[in-house]
Amino acid sequence: MNEFFPPLDLVDTFWMPWATSKDFIWNAQIVTMGIMVSLSCGLIGSFIVARKLALMGDAISHGILPGLAIAFIATQSKALFPMFIGACGAGLLCSFCIEWLAKKTPLKMDAALGLTFTSFFALGVLLITQMGNNAHIDAECLLYGEIGFTPLAESITWGSIEIGSRPLLSIGTVTIIIISIITIFYKQLLVTSFDQTLSVSLGLPVRTIHYGLMLLLAITIVASFESVGVILVIAMLIFPSTTASFFFTRMPAILFCSIPLSIIYSLGGFFLARWLDCSIAASMVVVAMLCFGIAWAFGPEDGVVTKLFLKRNQN
Amino acid sequence: MGVGCGLMGGFVVTRKLSLFGDTLSHAVLPGVAVGFLWSQSKNSISIIVGAMIAGFLGVFLISLLKKTTRIGLDSALGLVLSGFYAVGICLLTRIQKMEFGNQSGIDRYLFGQITGISASDVWAMGISCILIALITMIFYKELLVTGFDHGFAHSIGLPVDFLQYLLWMLLAFAVITSLQVIGVILVSALLIIPAATASIITQKMRNLLVWSALLGMVAGVIGSYISFLGSRLPTGPIIVLISTLIFILTLFFHSQNGLLFKWLRLRGKERKIALENTLKAVYQELEGNKFSEDSVRLGNLAKRRRVSMPEMYQEAIHLVKKELAFLIPVKNQNLPSENTLTLSPAGWSEACRIVRNHRLWELYLTNEVQYAADHVHEDAEKIEHVLGDETVRKIERILSNPRRDPHGKLIPSRQDIEQGFIEKMVAKNLS
Repeated sequence: MNEFFPPLDLVDTFWMPWATSKDFIWNAQIVTMGIMVSLSCGLIGSFIVARKLALMGDAISHGILPGLAIAFIATQSKALFPMFIGACGAGLLCSFCIEWLAKKTPLKMDAALGLTFTSFFALGVLLITQMGNNAHIDAECLLYGEIGFTPLAESITWGSIEIGSRPLLSIGTVTIIIISIITIFYKQLLVTSFDQTLSVSLGLPVRTIHYGLMLLLAITIVASFESVGVILVIAMLIFPSTTASFFFTRMPAILFCSIPLSIIYSLGGFFLARWLDCSIAASMVVVAMLCFGIAWAFGPEDGVVTKLFLKRNQN
Repeated sequence: MGVGCGLMGGFVVTRKLSLFGDTLSHAVLPGVAVGFLWSQSKNSISIIVGAMIAGFLGVFLISLLKKTTRIGLDSALGLVLSGFYAVGICLLTRIQKMEFGNQSGIDRYLFGQITGISASDVWAMGISCILIALITMIFYKELLVTGFDHGFAHSIGLPVDFLQYLLWMLLAFAVITSLQVIGVILVSALLIIPAATASIITQKMRNLLVWSALLGMVAGVIGSYISFLGSRLPTGPIIVLISTLIFILTLFFHSQNGLLFKWLRLRGKERKIALENTLKAVYQELEGNKFSEDSVRLGNLAKRRRVSMPEMYQEAIHLVKKELAFLIPVKNQNLPSENTLTLSPAGWSEACRIVRNHRLWELYLTNEVQYAADHVHEDAEKIEHVLGDETVRKIERILSNPRRDPHGKLIPSRQDIEQGFIEKMVAKNLS
């Protein structure tokens, strides 16, 4: 067991990645990517969690896999646009299937959910394995992603100016889109998330907003699957807002909380992975889990220890 | 293995725990990794023990989260699922970089590969399958009661918590044993899909369990056979896709509950209702003329039925085909609405029957159920198509053979129906 945990070399873990300018650029890209992914996921995730759609997010993130695979087979590239079309198509199809099954057949919601996304996922895995070795894409990459490859990806040039690597650019665009949409439609999103009846009576297009949110979710997942993989995206969606909910109860505070949290996740994950020499994306989630555990215990709003402490004070 | 998962799936789906299975199957991953690390080999016992512990830890955490926080069940499931999975991936990637981790096989726990199974794995699977079957048989009644009515089970003194844990243990068992064939991610599919298919076929729990075990087995056998044929075909996804295929086929083509047949039956019923409504419209049109004529113009019918002329014409043709009416075409083809329709004796008695049902029901509602007279029409509009002879007799007896409905219109009597045109003529003379 001892060899599993290598000795923690502080200098190597915390300083070496930043020592030379080349390393610095390389690793800064990884960390930035991590921050952007967890930020955009965290923002969207706050609404998803408030709507009790956490597992829908899970289902969609599994469900887009065949779409990604088909788009890749069709175009033979990992360009964002076809990938995005494929993923959105598959994701929306998946959510339609789930709703149709839950409404029109005797199946319950959870069974419909489980049935649909596992089938989609199986199809996706099958397609990916059939693509063979010539593909740049493989099952591992799609499923867990490798954030460490971010700087390796081909960079996009605009005119003659190099403006950064493709995944970083696409997640950046998505983050900006999400932030602006949330700022513009904040009220509508908030109302529809918490009180469906009120929002219908206010004349808000509830269904449109619902599918719009699903679309945003699909975009976020597409932009981040390469770095964290389809399964860990769900962690990025749920962890920030549930962790924040131990500190704050109001939505704006929870949303703002995803900024520091995403920085903690990204840096923490990076250092953990550096120390243990394992997958960065998975380490990010492990860090997220630790944060959640701490919040669960000591959070001022609903933390277990806090509650015990308060009780004792009362007695 | 299919049998075990199918059996467990029956309970899982009926308890609305489908996503629980999913979570459990993801949560066992760190257990698998730790088990592997412990023995430093692909020893199945240490892996199974590790997976068991991890699975239980996951389940325990979920219930703890539920109890101590305001986090919804769905988020709690998602948290545990992804968190545990991430730990698992972390460990696995770490293991792959260590010297003994190069022994292949650990990553097949993710997707499953049936060709890489050793004899001892098969034995472990067989034993756990038999164990699951035995325990479900012994505790069938208890599991059934707790599954459907938690409060009742508690009140008759069943150890609900114990059974809950038993079920979770069995679930973890089923998940772990199928890991090697189908992989972590898709185990939950095998839990859910056969049971969902079975729930379409049957409503009874006992049959559901048998069916779902059977379907699980069929999917398992066909899937592994196919994946055996191809060189690069992963077993797990193929088994899952086969069972999805079975599900889709069942969903559409099952003789009683299949959507296709349901749809056909519904269409048949809709057609019958349209037909009866047309007959009723003919009757009302005749009645409107105080039965002075014995045929009606299609244009008037269409207006009364609120349908377009071509639709009305189609329905008239339909009536003629069923020998319920005769269509007398006009010479001038440009005026289809001038075509007239005359009821045959059979059509007449059918029309009378419908109108009678309608008006009797209206009367029944106003007199016996104390509805206001202007509220009864909607209801009667629906019930007129489904009232059986016996019910009509009963209502007649209750209302002592009434002649007029709440709106003052004549209720056609049984004689009207039997005698047909004769009575109509009498009515004509009376008015």
